[in-house]
Amino acid sequence: MHAFSYHSPKTVRQAASLLGKSDDAKLLAGGQTLLPTMKQRLASPTHLVDLGKVEGLASIEQKGRNIVIGAMTCHADVATSAVVLQAIPALAALAGGIGDAQVRNRGTIGGSLANNDPAADYPSAALALNATIVTNKRKIPADQYFAGMFATSLEEGEIITKVSFPIPSKAAYEKFPNPASRYALVGVFVAKKGADVRAAVTGAGSDGVFRSAEVEAALKARFNPKALDGVKVSAKGLNGDIHASADYRAHLIPVIAKRAVTKAVAKA
Amino acid sequence: MVEERFMPNVSMTVNGVAVSANVDSRTLLAQFVRDNLHLTGTHIGCDTSQCGACVVHVDGRAVKSCTTLAVSCEGASVTTIEGIGTPDHLHPMQAAFRENHGLQCGFCTPGMIMSAIDIVNRKGNSLDEHTIREELEGNICRCTGYHNIVKAVSAGAQAMSGK
Repeated sequence: MHAFSYHSPKTVRQAASLLGKSDDAKLLAGGQTLLPTMKQRLASPTHLVDLGKVEGLASIEQKGRNIVIGAMTCHADVATSAVVLQAIPALAALAGGIGDAQVRNRGTIGGSLANNDPAADYPSAALALNATIVTNKRKIPADQYFAGMFATSLEEGEIITKVSFPIPSKAAYEKFPNPASRYALVGVFVAKKGADVRAAVTGAGSDGVFRSAEVEAALKARFNPKALDGVKVSAKGLNGDIHASADYRAHLIPVIAKRAVTKAVAKA
Repeated sequence: MVEERFMPNVSMTVNGVAVSANVDSRTLLAQFVRDNLHLTGTHIGCDTSQCGACVVHVDGRAVKSCTTLAVSCEGASVTTIEGIGTPDHLHPMQAAFRENHGLQCGFCTPGMIMSAIDIVNRKGNSLDEHTIREELEGNICRCTGYHNIVKAVSAGAQAMSGK
């Protein structure tokens, strides 16, 4: 790891100000991706701004028909939150399946969304649930937030403070984990809210998370596992690597989507 | 002020003892407890957050100390393997690992035990085999094949209820 100067601000405003003082500053949330990346010297920020002591960023509450989760809330807290388990059990289950128990005690929802790893779980939930990413500057709808692999529409000095998830009528997440890394080869989050159906796919797209038009069209006609029988997804724009070819990932998308829908309708 | 930012002071409680030091900001919690405090029971195996040999408790929660900065633990209460028992008075989970032959080379054992105690804290004293195996996902053992570790965690979990 290269040397950096460490900052531990107490407020979001202080954190934003510290970020703005250097082109080469990075925010540290739970550090479960950033610290390994820094150890490998794939990232070498000269300033590290730790959000760990910033007040008020770790909270979970229901506000009307939304579940609002603070950016520094760790995966373990989302997975076991009575509020989340009651309102969006699919989101709690997703959080409980990230990494391992120790990673879930440190890794945060804000960190995951800011990093936008193409195989991360949370981006699929944010996109399928039509979440709003709230920052110190504005509110970004999920459809305008994800901007390709490891890229988002966050601007310089912009800090995620919370994420607001509209409560769906039915939802579920299912993933096909790589047997070694346990990252999703394909993960699909399906959500139905009124007449709207959204299906977001992680792990497969060469530009990161995306909504599957084919899966959504089939499920809008009928939100039922059988609706996905015979649905084909194009391999265009999908990742192919030593773990799975693009064709295989394309095949997996409706298969995993069907498992997710089976879970979603079983819960209702 | 530059020195302060590169060598910040950090204070925390480790195994009930207040400690304070100026450390390189890069210092990992695992390095801090091993090199600064000479608590070498916490092991560094993979150094890439996968093997779990470095697991300690920070404010009551199991974390990988090789993937946590020491300076991020300012004000925290940290428990390492040295803080749970002594050679004469083993923690029930340590005793269960000995009785069930839950280790061979022993390198992963401190992390296994700290994770196992965390599982009991979260999931209670009656753990089925499936739960234990799922929950040990973040701890790797290259000797035992896990069978005796699972037995040890189950027995240790029950023994912890009798404390």
